[in-house]
Amino acid sequence: MEMLEFVVPALNVKAILPQAILSLTALTVLLVGVSSPHNKKTSSLGYLSLVGVVVALISTLMINGARESAYNGMVLMDGFSSFITLIVCIVTLLTILSSINYQRFFPRLNCGEYYCLLLFAAVGMSFMGSAGNLLMIFLALETMSISIYVLAGFKSDEAQSIESAMKYFLLGAFASGFLLFGFALVYGCTGTMDLVKISAFLTAHPEVIHSKMLMGGVALMTVGFGFKVAMFPFHMWTPDVYEGAPTSITGFMATGVKAAAFAALLRVFFVALGHLQADWTGIMWLLAFLTMTIGNVVALSQTNIKRMLAYSSIAHAGYLLVGFVAGSKLGQSGILFYLLSYAFTNLGAFGVIALLGRDGGEYTSLDDFAGLGFKYPLMGLAMAVFMFSMAGIPPASGFMGKFYLFSSAMKAGFIWLAIFGVINSVISLYYYLRVVVVMYFKEVERDVVMPKPSAAVVVGLVIAAIGVLQMGIFPSYFWDMARQSVQAMLM
Amino acid sequence: MNQLNFPIISLVTFFPIFGVLILLMIDKESEDVLRGTAVAFSVIEFFLSLPLIFYFNDATHQMQFVELIPWIKSFGINYYLGIDGISLWLVILTTFLTPICVLCSWTYIQKYVKEYMICLLLLETAMLGALVSLDMILFYVFWELMLIPMYLLIGVWGGKERIYAAVKFFIYTAAGSVFMLLSIIFLYYYNYKVTGVYTFSILELYKLNIPVSVQFWLCLAFFVSFAIKVPMFPLHTWLPDAHVQAPTAGSVILAGVLLKMGTYGFLRFAMPLFPYATHQFMPVIATLAVIGIVYGALVAMVQPDMKKLVAYSSVSHLGYVMLGLFALNMQGVEGGIYQMLNHGISTGALFLIVGMIYERRHTRMIKDFGGIAKVMPVFATFFMIATLSSVAVPGTNGFVGEFMILVGAFRSFPIFAVVAASGAILGALYMLWMYQRVMFCPLDKPENEKLKDLNAREIITLLPLAVLVFVMGFFPGLFLRKMDATVSYFLKDFNTRYEAYAQQQQPTIGDRIAAVMQIKDNKNITVE
Repeated sequence: MEMLEFVVPALNVKAILPQAILSLTALTVLLVGVSSPHNKKTSSLGYLSLVGVVVALISTLMINGARESAYNGMVLMDGFSSFITLIVCIVTLLTILSSINYQRFFPRLNCGEYYCLLLFAAVGMSFMGSAGNLLMIFLALETMSISIYVLAGFKSDEAQSIESAMKYFLLGAFASGFLLFGFALVYGCTGTMDLVKISAFLTAHPEVIHSKMLMGGVALMTVGFGFKVAMFPFHMWTPDVYEGAPTSITGFMATGVKAAAFAALLRVFFVALGHLQADWTGIMWLLAFLTMTIGNVVALSQTNIKRMLAYSSIAHAGYLLVGFVAGSKLGQSGILFYLLSYAFTNLGAFGVIALLGRDGGEYTSLDDFAGLGFKYPLMGLAMAVFMFSMAGIPPASGFMGKFYLFSSAMKAGFIWLAIFGVINSVISLYYYLRVVVVMYFKEVERDVVMPKPSAAVVVGLVIAAIGVLQMGIFPSYFWDMARQSVQAMLM
Repeated sequence: MNQLNFPIISLVTFFPIFGVLILLMIDKESEDVLRGTAVAFSVIEFFLSLPLIFYFNDATHQMQFVELIPWIKSFGINYYLGIDGISLWLVILTTFLTPICVLCSWTYIQKYVKEYMICLLLLETAMLGALVSLDMILFYVFWELMLIPMYLLIGVWGGKERIYAAVKFFIYTAAGSVFMLLSIIFLYYYNYKVTGVYTFSILELYKLNIPVSVQFWLCLAFFVSFAIKVPMFPLHTWLPDAHVQAPTAGSVILAGVLLKMGTYGFLRFAMPLFPYATHQFMPVIATLAVIGIVYGALVAMVQPDMKKLVAYSSVSHLGYVMLGLFALNMQGVEGGIYQMLNHGISTGALFLIVGMIYERRHTRMIKDFGGIAKVMPVFATFFMIATLSSVAVPGTNGFVGEFMILVGAFRSFPIFAVVAASGAILGALYMLWMYQRVMFCPLDKPENEKLKDLNAREIITLLPLAVLVFVMGFFPGLFLRKMDATVSYFLKDFNTRYEAYAQQQQPTIGDRIAAVMQIKDNKNITVE
């Protein structure tokens, strides 16, 4: 009689350490939230999740440099995934710091579910950066998306918030469908879901590369990812969803989701489908151009700052696509650097906007900022720094990010795209400057009293501002890290 | 080379930031302490910059007091500073004008004094940084950084239309410079392709041999960026708006130093990088410069507002500077640089004077004045000195500069020089006419009868400028000697490289258009 053999799957904890820490924290927060006496006044849940994120961040930095593929290629541990996890941790950290203040005025947010979903979304995001298999990418994407659908509608007593969640959910479900169908077609062509093996298969069977089925798969995947990064023409949901969602979540969506989706996009297109680069470059060129132009031009006429930043986030997706079109290692490092810079900048800006929320109202019209610059000098200064960074004015990090992206495009010979990119930056100046104009130049017509911010959000804004200036004035540290991450990407 | 073995340029550039930090610690309410601190820091800054003159070696064209530290290693971007005969006096002009700006704002600025002083000091650092940078990315960072404090100065402390003027100023200048940035990046990769070295060092890029068809477009990007800053006709429209709306100190800095960044940019970057294209642009630039001279003067003549008049006179004066620089001979270039300094002093003084009278009467309209010389004799004296300097009467600094420019221009393009000379007559006309209407006509407005003459602070503000008008008028050699070596090397180098280019095959218009069409997928610069 044969002995039944048990094959114990090797549990490689190291490869999923940050995600495991985040998941455990999420569950703990949920349990504590349920079991502790209902107290809406304290922020203990927020601080508890904060500890988890910080530990995850430290663990990411510790395993940075390791390079192996785990769980049969499902999870790749390389510099690239570490960098994405780093971005995700910073995004989550800043979001929690901002939420701790925000929830004082919107107590509905102060519950275990909120932080639990936030942390699970972060787990999904960071897995998108380390997934080595199409299936894994899909799972991670859904983990992230479903959490965020709920978070967007978390202010369940506000029609706008629910509308936002519903819109995002319906359209997101469609996009996921496209993505999944795209994956199916690619699987049909190559017989594998593993990114590295897809590439190997295409090397071995060059005749498949230009088959209609594979092309169709690539096109459908572009739709799916395009939706998540708010790329033209799949950007229509952005302004409504960003406006309706709680402000603390909007920044999270704009930066975390974008980073995660770009990470997966880079891995799928450059690792698995690198052979098709010549085919997708043309269409991506056009999409990059249209995405940044539409985003910037429409942003010009916005009066609500959340909507304005929503269109600006579309424009930033366009800038990021410039690096994607360039396609070189330089372009990819540029994307990573820009994503981190954008995370600091945008979360800082949304952190400031969230500060204005009080008495159940959000106060997100541009006029609500009138005269705040001098009344609250530190807040005004921080907001000005974030706006100049988004516009790409040195010495803020946005300038260095754009410099890397556009120079990668120039190096690859896409000079016209770089020219359109800088023209767009000039267009965007107008609406970013308008925030500074309103804060500092306009006469104050009515007295606005901003509630005193809690220490947490002040720390968050200081971190964001230091991040922006550090990446702008001494970019070498993060730039070298981004460069090494791309170099160390498992192929 | 660094003869002091001490990072003196860094010290001079970043000392105002130290002042900003101190200012941040002072209470918002104690305004006089804030003002005093700002004055102290700007004066110390001026004295710190003086060793640059004393230790400057005028026998060499090399960069001096050089500092070189890697900044972004993987891109070959360095923290690379140095001064030569072209930038020396502009640096001194900047450190010299800043204390004057702080002083003249003592009572003029009543709200947000702390923020105002911080802006002024930040602006000083940005301007100095742009003048001493020898790495193009470093230069670009400072160049853009200058915009932010100036934008705030106009937007917060400006007049009624300040928002429009501030935004226009920012977008106009930024729009010009982004193309320069692309041009810089192109040069960088082209240089790598040719030499195999990644560098943004301007001194290295000078040596590059750029195909003439591409050179045209690169040069155009630089020219547009600098021409907006100068501002050259027809890109000057932001200037009158910005000047009229800006507070006095803002106008002084704007006219005194910021506009010089444009002309300095031509001299340091655009011309030596692209000798061939520069040579081809020469007639265009000279024409625009002459149009600027005459047009600026004619428009100035009909202005009812004193500040606007001085603003348009700037357009005219900067036209002279451009004409001198593009004459591309010793007299022209040196005259151009000299005129840059003169303009900073004479126009700076005029803006101060307009600001002082505005503070007393809250109007700048010429028709509201008349006979002021009777009630304010000291003021009248200073106003006269500034006017004469602006008109370029012999014995004042303006004469030396304008004369050298006209001599230089006459050697290169005589017809333009003749037309430009008419600008000098027009200049005398509008300046003296304004002086007459404001100071001499009958004292028929009762509001003007009780005007107080200048106080001690205002005299201290104006006195250094008035003294310099004559020092620079009588002893131009003191200043010119320091730039001789640099300028003559500049011209020698420019001409040899131009000759080398001229030997090459000339591109037709078709080639040039082909060059711009090709850049869609310009494989000839692709490096991997």
